[in-house]
Amino acid sequence: MLSITGLRKSYATPQGPQAVLGGVDLALAAGETLALMGESGSGKSTLLHLAAGLDAADAGAIRVGETEVTALDDAGRAALRRDRIGLVFQQFNLIASLSVADNLAFQARLAGREDAAWQAELAARLGLDGLLARYPEQLSGGQQQRVAIGRALAARPLLLMADEPTGALDEATSDAVMALMLELVAASGCALLMATHSARLAGMLGRTVRLHNGRLA
Amino acid sequence: MSGFRWTLAVLLSHWRRRPGQLAALMAGLALATALWSGVQALNLAARDSYDRAARLLGGAATVTIARPEGGTFDQSLWVDLRRAGWPVSPVLEGRVRLEGQTLRLIGVEPVTLPPGGAVAVIGAPEGGDAQRLIAPPRATLAAPQTLRDLRLAEGAAPQAPGGALPPLLAREGMAGGVLVVDIGVAQAVLGQPGAVSRLLAPAGHGRDPAALAALTAGTLAQLDDSPDGDLARLTDSFHLNLTAFGFLAFVVGLFIAHAAIGLAFEQRLPMLRTLRACGASARGVALALLAEMAGLALVAGSLGMLGGWLIAAALAPDVAASLRGLYGAPVSGGLSLSPWWWLSGLGMTLLGAGAAAGAGVWRAARLPVLAPAMPQAWLAAHRARLRWQGLAALALLALAAGLAAFGDGLAAGFALLAALLLGAALGAPVALNAALRLAAARAKAPLAQWLWADAQAASGGLSLALMALMLALAANIGVGTMVGGFRATFTGWLDQRLAAEVYVRGPDAAMDGFAARALATPQVLAALPSRSAEARLGGWPAEVLGLADHATYRDGWPLMAAAPDVWDQMAAGEGALVSEQLARRLGLGVGDPLTLPAADGPWPLTVAGIYPDYGNPKGQVVVNFDAHRARWPQAARGSWALRTEPGAAGAVIAALAADPALTQAEFIDQAGVKRLSLGLFDKTFAVTAALNALTLAVAGAALLASLTTLSSMRLPQLAPLWAMGVTRARLARLELVKMLALAGLIAALAVPVGLALAWVLVAVVNVQAFGWRLPLHLFPLQWLAMAGLALLTALIASALPLWRLARTPPARLAQAFSHER
Repeated sequence: MLSITGLRKSYATPQGPQAVLGGVDLALAAGETLALMGESGSGKSTLLHLAAGLDAADAGAIRVGETEVTALDDAGRAALRRDRIGLVFQQFNLIASLSVADNLAFQARLAGREDAAWQAELAARLGLDGLLARYPEQLSGGQQQRVAIGRALAARPLLLMADEPTGALDEATSDAVMALMLELVAASGCALLMATHSARLAGMLGRTVRLHNGRLA
Repeated sequence: MSGFRWTLAVLLSHWRRRPGQLAALMAGLALATALWSGVQALNLAARDSYDRAARLLGGAATVTIARPEGGTFDQSLWVDLRRAGWPVSPVLEGRVRLEGQTLRLIGVEPVTLPPGGAVAVIGAPEGGDAQRLIAPPRATLAAPQTLRDLRLAEGAAPQAPGGALPPLLAREGMAGGVLVVDIGVAQAVLGQPGAVSRLLAPAGHGRDPAALAALTAGTLAQLDDSPDGDLARLTDSFHLNLTAFGFLAFVVGLFIAHAAIGLAFEQRLPMLRTLRACGASARGVALALLAEMAGLALVAGSLGMLGGWLIAAALAPDVAASLRGLYGAPVSGGLSLSPWWWLSGLGMTLLGAGAAAGAGVWRAARLPVLAPAMPQAWLAAHRARLRWQGLAALALLALAAGLAAFGDGLAAGFALLAALLLGAALGAPVALNAALRLAAARAKAPLAQWLWADAQAASGGLSLALMALMLALAANIGVGTMVGGFRATFTGWLDQRLAAEVYVRGPDAAMDGFAARALATPQVLAALPSRSAEARLGGWPAEVLGLADHATYRDGWPLMAAAPDVWDQMAAGEGALVSEQLARRLGLGVGDPLTLPAADGPWPLTVAGIYPDYGNPKGQVVVNFDAHRARWPQAARGSWALRTEPGAAGAVIAALAADPALTQAEFIDQAGVKRLSLGLFDKTFAVTAALNALTLAVAGAALLASLTTLSSMRLPQLAPLWAMGVTRARLARLELVKMLALAGLIAALAVPVGLALAWVLVAVVNVQAFGWRLPLHLFPLQWLAMAGLALLTALIASALPLWRLARTPPARLAQAFSHER
């Protein structure tokens, strides 16, 4: 499902280029769940962003399904995210002017794959049935993250990428959100790549890899 | 396609949740469109009237044969030409007063009229009015609007001072303010029996124009320009000034739109990043933004066009009165709007919205998906932008200085205005930022330090609204200074020009023997006649006035420059006074030769003096009355100026009005003439005052819209102070102080910009457009009033956001800490 080989990325700073990823190889099969661990600044988010096509790598190859991500231009990467990938961020990133129901359906509509029945099932399993008419500012952090997960899964992506999805939540809420996310990932059959610094949460996934100084340890 | 549709739906959802912001954007675009289109509607209506006037007697399809020096001639010349086979038709023109209005009276010979004009249809074999014009009870043709302006119905037979006119008949296609009658009727009503103003012949009539001199003993010639075409040229400057003001108002309105769009973009940055993260392409987002803006612009533009029609309808009577009074232009107070007006107005709105939104769309297309919301980085970017803005402002002000020193012509004058205003607008935030940094550096108390530093950050988001406010204030100060100075100068000038206590005019036949009657009236000290002849000097229409040699003029006539023996030269018939605008146009100075095309041949004179002649678009020359009579024996008599004993004007008028021989004369005292003149002056500038006030209102609306929008974005900056112990009420007071300080600084900047604008208007634009220069008067009270208005605007604009802040629930303030993006 996901194949990464020799991935390199550095950023320009006033002190000169700073290497973040120094040659990463990674593979994820369909339906597999993989935790990406590492201390702050190890490159977890960068790896996720590159895999999702949010940024372009300096060197290496990324393949999602049959698509060579590194060979795509900006429009191609946008299409990839729209059609194949679901993203869940630490800070939810919901659209403030859309209701919960519209936020849930948004990416599926963008991809032209709106499925009302699947959306209704997602809403029910995420406990959002009574909140569909509300707006993000009216929800708690945990509720907002559940909407973000629902939005990402509503389009039935091949690959779900989550960047510290419970970073803004307390422990109890984190566990509840994680359990829901894993349940729905299993139900939808997509693969999950999750960046986290929590060993406890990483232990809930099928496999864990650790990044250290831009390389897999 | 569905992706584009959903992206557009998300973008539009922002406005559904923020109707106030949408209202601000729509109001900005609509107001900008309304002011621009309103001015254009006024210009178009006036130009339509000029075109109708030019086409009335045939326009380009006819040629005019008349006296080169102007004035009437005997109809026997027409008969001679007809007998020689020339296809000419006589026309007599004059002015009549009906129902308190001055109208143009045209007498025609309907059977011989050349084809092509609006009036030519009169003579058409079928459906024409020739029979009705000639056969009793005859008819007076007029445009339907003219009948409405006179408040007379069809069939009414109005009474003119010179006699009754035939029953009125409404005809479409006639120019406004014009009455057409049979030439015999016109000759009787105007008191000019047997007189003809000009002859019309079909263009390409095939006769040799040089033969005219032989046939008419040199009296008549074929003119290159028809007098009907003068109006468009004379009024060009008036309309250009109106257009310039409309454009300024449009730009101020665009500032509002730009401010609203810019703020919306900052607020929608997270939404745009989410859209991109979910797979919307950069191109798709940019196209959706463009489609959104086009849709909003069309709706706002349509509302603006309706507003423009209302503004034009409200101002049209004043504009028409100004044009009639200043130029004698037959403009009715109505509007006729073409589809082109609608389309061009909407086009302007779309262009303006595109200009306002362009930067945002460009940024959206290049938005890095991963860029977080970084307020400090944004502030750093704002500072960098300020540096470039400051450089651009300096460059524009330098350009303005160069144009002031070396520019020539009206176009250069407007370019100077544009460079000055744009440079000042761009420089205002830079100057503001510098003042705030100075205040921050000098502040000792922590809250004061925070206040000035925060004002710097806030001024970035408010910069467009503040620029709009500065432009509007500067325009008010500049135009107000010009108009105030003009009024003061005009009033003083009127006192000098209108030295006589009573003025009398009437048909030539009625005024025979008037001098004796007047001097026989008790308390009349002198009766001073005047004469008037039309001439063309340097291709421009001019009036040659003949005035009596009297102490009234020697002592009181306003002169800008004169020879030491100016009045002796005049009395000897060797010197002439030339109006300022004619002197500028012909490049004349005191002592220069001037040759007038008199009726009996070229008349060489010397320029003995130059005088101001405010408000007159035509050139004017003053010569001695007796010399004028000798050179233009057939010229029309002007009004009589009567000198009376002090306070006797009323009694003199009553005594003369009771004279049965003077029933057709009109009398007015000096105060009445001044009242009329000042009334016309005030009407002329009523349009300017209205546009000024609207522009200021638009700028105030910009500030209100920006403050209201920014208030919700301010919470993360205010919440920490609240957390540290500053109450909400105190925060609100601090915000008010900050807003008043910003407004006060902007007002302080607006004063020098406004004065510079006033100087450009009086010394450059006015001179180039109208030919006369006004002295620059200063009105410090006006500046104080503008400053007060700026503070009031800031107070009103801040009221709602501050009230909301003071009542913000603590939970909402605390939320700012958890939702930092």
